[in-house]
Amino acid sequence: MNQTIFEPWNDPNEKPLIQFKNVTKRFGDFTAIDDQTFDIFEREFFALLGPSGCGKTTMMRMLAGFETPTQGQIILAGQDIAPIPPNKRAVNMMFQSYALFPHLSVWDNIAFGLKRDGMTRDAIGDRVAEMLKLTRLEKFAQRKPHQISGGQRQRVALARSLAKAPKLLLLDEPLGALDAKLRQDTQFELMDIQETTGTTFVIVTHDQEEAMTVASRVAVMDHGKIIQADTPQTIYEAPVSRYVADFIGDVNMITGTAKARNPGSEPQGDPTPPSMQPPEKRDDAASGTPQRLDPQPNDAGRWLHDKVLKFVLGPRSDAPKRLPPPDPTRDAPLASAQATPQPVEAAPGGLEIHWHEGAPPLIASNGDPALDGQTVTLSLRPEKMSISKTRPDAPNVLHGKVVDIAYLGNISTYHVELPDGLKIKAQATNTRRVSQRDITWEDDVWISFRDTAGVVLVE
Amino acid sequence: MRRFTWFNATSLTLGFAFLYLPMVLLIIYSFNDSKLVTVWAGFSTKWYGELLRNDAFLDAAWVTVQVAFVSSTVATVLGTMAAYVMVRAGRFAGRTLFSGMIYAPLVMPEVITGLSLLLLFIGIGLDRGVFTIILAHTTFSMCYVSVVVSSRLVSFDRSLEEAALDLGCSPMQAFRLVTLPIIAPAVFAGWLLAFTLSLDDLVIASFTAGPSSTTLPIKIWSSIRLGVSPEINALSTLMIAVVAVGVITASLVTKRSALRQEADQRAAERA
Repeated sequence: MNQTIFEPWNDPNEKPLIQFKNVTKRFGDFTAIDDQTFDIFEREFFALLGPSGCGKTTMMRMLAGFETPTQGQIILAGQDIAPIPPNKRAVNMMFQSYALFPHLSVWDNIAFGLKRDGMTRDAIGDRVAEMLKLTRLEKFAQRKPHQISGGQRQRVALARSLAKAPKLLLLDEPLGALDAKLRQDTQFELMDIQETTGTTFVIVTHDQEEAMTVASRVAVMDHGKIIQADTPQTIYEAPVSRYVADFIGDVNMITGTAKARNPGSEPQGDPTPPSMQPPEKRDDAASGTPQRLDPQPNDAGRWLHDKVLKFVLGPRSDAPKRLPPPDPTRDAPLASAQATPQPVEAAPGGLEIHWHEGAPPLIASNGDPALDGQTVTLSLRPEKMSISKTRPDAPNVLHGKVVDIAYLGNISTYHVELPDGLKIKAQATNTRRVSQRDITWEDDVWISFRDTAGVVLVE
Repeated sequence: MRRFTWFNATSLTLGFAFLYLPMVLLIIYSFNDSKLVTVWAGFSTKWYGELLRNDAFLDAAWVTVQVAFVSSTVATVLGTMAAYVMVRAGRFAGRTLFSGMIYAPLVMPEVITGLSLLLLFIGIGLDRGVFTIILAHTTFSMCYVSVVVSSRLVSFDRSLEEAALDLGCSPMQAFRLVTLPIIAPAVFAGWLLAFTLSLDDLVIASFTAGPSSTTLPIKIWSSIRLGVSPEINALSTLMIAVVAVGVITASLVTKRSALRQEADQRAAERA
């Protein structure tokens, strides 16, 4: 499929499906939603993400019609929906508890909304069959909700809310009750269904991974306000505030005073001459060793082969099987990920951040020079940091001691304490097996990152 | 822990004797051949036959059943409505006062309830009869229904109703199609409670009954004053039998359905 990228929010001609216009919701003295204005477009998978009590559920309940805004307008397809009761809205909701009717069968649960619309029996039957097929529940049509498993119940709830082909489907923490493995499968299932039906989905969740996986845009909320609403990638790589950076994924924050760098000057932040300590690699395991012999069969094995297996599997070849020789151009990024970043020079311009007296400033060539003199925070993702035992050649280098290692299988997170007590997290992919990795507790290590690895935040 | 000790056995025997000795005596003497209640003269079922030929008792029983059926049904409707409003209405000024007032008749002495109803009926010039007993029984059994139903509604998942609204139900339809079927067991339990309360009420009925409308408890009470007859023993035995069969059936049904539900759930999780 060679379509243009789906990003209607960047297209000024696109008309939004839902518009929040200065919406405020108060419960007594408590302001749940604070003067919010934003748009959701057709066919979007929009995630409202935030800690509990941030207002995301209130936002969704206003869309469903269970709450009315105190001030402002919510416009759905050009119509102000504030006066429309929930049963008259082309919006359906999938509830956190699923809210399946326990006294009705799966079939009747899905047909429930259709019956209210006064559809003919045949039309209802067809639609329910379609929904059962979509959610792979055909076998369970006659069961009651308590006779099916949690995952199936979740799919019934989805089928029921999709049956009326709503313009907008609201999902309130839809996967909260499922275990981790099932949740992952279901996330992809949800995305598939969203794509197949072309329905606009709004999902409420507190699970950032879930939001990142399913959504076309994620709105990070705090205290009744949307702090940032953007694609998962932008939210992660270019958060607008410390709150967003901290809420999504792991992050290191280094606060200091910004100073504009001379746009044309040579990089100053790297006192080490590039030649002093070239990155070294112990590479005995990875380098190809064609001399090594293949395992040879013993006498019994040879007998078994000659008398029996030869006729089935064909004759045995003694020539050693070998992988093609390593391609140096393809191998390069792997090696650099393992040890150190390429010895790049920091680009000119941007900011340098004086974060600790006596330590060389950190260079953020992507920082805005206009922030000169302000207190800023450099937010750095752990996977953008490299860790090594020898001093690498990089624009930004920090020295510290490993205090903790979190081994997660595919990656390890190293907690490194700097001399002034600041703890930095750095991640490394475990491309080698445990015994061959050499960084361990209490080791002196160097953490390095590029001049563009971090994001400079003011708030 | 040892299950059998002499202490356990003794206390169990005493407890049950205390509860059931009077009833056992009553049942035994209902099969007494003699007309004298305290003298055993051999086994006989003749008093049951006598009972069936006694029109006064049969009429009273019929009135009682009618009153119980109508009053418990009306009380169930009113009590469920009250419970629904109290649980759903959220906070409003005077909510505690209202809910307190619904439950007050539970602790009100029956004599006072009966007397106040009698004064009311006289005041508005209502002739006492079956109708006034029904009104009175509805009044006092409604709060029992309301207690039973509201305890179920408190644990009722509100999102079920919201889901019904979301799927296109008007609030009335949501109640009829979703809420009511789900709380039905509690509503039925409330009805049953109201029914039995009405069946055995003597105090309020005697305040509000007229000459033409004698309920069974009133009839039994008044005939006792002329001496205990074996006929009454027979009648009481029948009532005990009916109640016992009802209670045992109900508990068996509940237990079976709970077991089945559990088994279904386990089967579903395993699949």
